[in-house]
Amino acid sequence: MAPETADVDLGEYKWGFHDEENPVIKIERGLNEDVIRQISAHKGEPKWMLDFRLDAYEIFLSKPMPNWGADLSGIDFDNIFYYLKPAEINARSWDDVPDTIKNTFERLGIPEAERKFLAGVGAQYESEVIYHSLKKELEDQGILFLDTGQALLEHEDLFREYFASIIPSADNKFSALNSAVWSGGSFIYVPPGVKIEQPLQAYFRINAENMGQFERTLIIVDEGAYVHYVEGCTAPTYSSDSLHSAVVEILVKKGGRCRYTTIQNWSNNVYNLVTKRAVAEEDATMEWVDGNLGSKVTMKYPAVVLKGERAHGEILSIAFAGEGQHQDAGGKVTHVAPNTTSVITSKSISKDGGRSSYRGLLRVNKDAEGSKSKVVCDALIIDPESRTDTYPYINIMADQVDIGHEATVSKLGEEQIYYLMSRGLSEAEASALIVAGFVEPITKELPLEYAVELNRLIQLQMEGSVG
Amino acid sequence: MPDLVIRNLHANITGTDTEILKGIDLQMSKGEIHAIMGPNGSGKSTLSHVLMGHPGYEVTEGEVLFEGANLLDLAADERSRAGLFLSFQYPFAVPGVTVANFIRMAVNAHRKGGPDGVDNPVRIPEFRKQIQEAMELLEIDKSMASRSLNDGFSGGEKKRFEILQMAMLQPKIAILDETDSGLDIDALRIVSDGINRLVGPNMGTLIITHYQRILDYVKPDQIHVLMDGRIVRSGGAELAHELETSGYADIAKEVVS
Ligand SMILES: Nc1ncnc2c1ncn2[C@@H]1O[C@H](COP(=O)(O)OP(=O)(O)OP(=O)(O)O)[C@@H](O)[C@H]1O
Ligand SMILES: [Mg+2]
Repeated sequence: MAPETADVDLGEYKWGFHDEENPVIKIERGLNEDVIRQISAHKGEPKWMLDFRLDAYEIFLSKPMPNWGADLSGIDFDNIFYYLKPAEINARSWDDVPDTIKNTFERLGIPEAERKFLAGVGAQYESEVIYHSLKKELEDQGILFLDTGQALLEHEDLFREYFASIIPSADNKFSALNSAVWSGGSFIYVPPGVKIEQPLQAYFRINAENMGQFERTLIIVDEGAYVHYVEGCTAPTYSSDSLHSAVVEILVKKGGRCRYTTIQNWSNNVYNLVTKRAVAEEDATMEWVDGNLGSKVTMKYPAVVLKGERAHGEILSIAFAGEGQHQDAGGKVTHVAPNTTSVITSKSISKDGGRSSYRGLLRVNKDAEGSKSKVVCDALIIDPESRTDTYPYINIMADQVDIGHEATVSKLGEEQIYYLMSRGLSEAEASALIVAGFVEPITKELPLEYAVELNRLIQLQMEGSVG
Repeated sequence: MPDLVIRNLHANITGTDTEILKGIDLQMSKGEIHAIMGPNGSGKSTLSHVLMGHPGYEVTEGEVLFEGANLLDLAADERSRAGLFLSFQYPFAVPGVTVANFIRMAVNAHRKGGPDGVDNPVRIPEFRKQIQEAMELLEIDKSMASRSLNDGFSGGEKKRFEILQMAMLQPKIAILDETDSGLDIDALRIVSDGINRLVGPNMGTLIITHYQRILDYVKPDQIHVLMDGRIVRSGGAELAHELETSGYADIAKEVVS
């Protein structure tokens, strides 16, 4: 069967094609208790998980839509598909993945990246992880990297100990929604002292129109261990909306370190409403690198709770809002223990009428004396039609803390472009170079492959709909 | 015909009636050194920007020919690729872009669409060798190549990097707008040596300056005095000495009378 592709008229977004659907299961549109029971039954879950889901659904219904951030009035919950199983799940070899889906991931470069520089890969398509791999030597060291649904079935005790312990269903409306209908995502456990050199990567692909994707990720980095987890995502371009609402929970134990990198590149018809939070114990380090380039609306504020003494949290956020996009991004840090440190660096670019907002919360609890934090947010506006806003909330309850906050807004200057053009660069090259320089403090933190990828996506956004 | 011919050039600030250049005539060729002197605010930088293609100015009258072709039809990047260079009086900073990467991009832009229309990017080892040689010549510390372009550079450092870019791009005509201002005594000698080495059959330069000093190193064939948007006098090297002692007042009187 030849994949049906729609390469025509996609504007500059190169991932807007879709495959013909051939699902194993596709539950009818809309959400109700029965849909949730069907999802749980298909997965063969223990009863406690079904109860957890149903309880979360009640919470979801009871909570109002958040009205303090981006405009979410366009979301039609009744029009979304909440569960679609595209194929048998969790193939260990790409040969066992249906051709259509395999071809799509090949187009997205996943198997190639896997061969070149990844320690393991999870590939989710619609609601399920259809392919999963982890290098043999890592498996032998006791590392677990698998689909979250499978982790529930195979490692129930470990799973239950941590699941929803960092982000309870009631955290917010969308964490409740995710808790009710979650499917797929990554479950990672890194044993004490084990450091994984190469990144683990998950890729999330939405294919069907009006699809809802609700993966759930849980990462436990044991004492003195290290992992770098990377996620990427894309979706077809459709005229009606899709919904992506994930929950990511991370625990970094004493002296451990976790870096979580996201390159979000959804098509411009996806609402992306994600809750991410990590807890860092004594001397642990948590780093979020959060790149938001795609989607119609994103609301996402990766959080770190610095729970143990001397824990360190770092949030690097890049947002690019182009035509019709609103990126409401930022980060939250809570200093709970003394002598904890944090840095939030946010860079946003707004172009062609796009809107980016930095929304940050820095909280220093009463006991967190001797803590230090630095927040820097810089916004670059490419043209007068575009907009940027900053909402930095700071709440300090401890004495003897060292807090710095800087914010700048700059406009892409005609004269700066002229200066570069006077050296022979075209206008497009000049503005792209200025933007690449603007985000360099963040891209330089990334492994080369991802820095190149991020720069390439930014260049494409810069080229998109010029004039 | 001379390589650069400026005829009756008038220019306004874009979108206004404010005329800054009020009829400039000047001709020069590769191999020649010309200097422009004149009081603050007389239009020297404006002339250099109008020649380079600054969007903030619009030409209202006159013409400029560069190697016989109409320069004013070209955008700034095309003028650069055609062989015109401007060392800015106030260079801009580009945070996050290293000097080396930027100059390599500029060099590649110049090699783009070569004789057979095919891109021909410089090979990295070759580029590295060239830029190192040029940096040595200008006595710029090697480590500076990996700093962000002009970001936090001292006034004098910026000027040296303008000349480094000139050396790497090898223009036909280079306009140096107060490149000497802000250079210390040693730096002035080093930069002047650099300019002298590049001027020759393949390059001419138009030096905008307030001071005699640079002209002692880089000997001009002609000096032009610009006042209130017009060239009011042209002469040989001796004109600089005259100005040094008597200032612009006498010339201003002559012009009025
Ligand atoms: N964009 C502008 N907006 C307003 N005035 C301008 C602008 N550009 C130039 N001018 C005015 O035009 C005149 C000439 O300026 P220009 O910078 O060319 O002088 P200059 O001869 O280079 O002076 P200096 O020796 O101080 O560098 C000045 O009065 C200046 O204020
Ligand atoms: Mg000037």
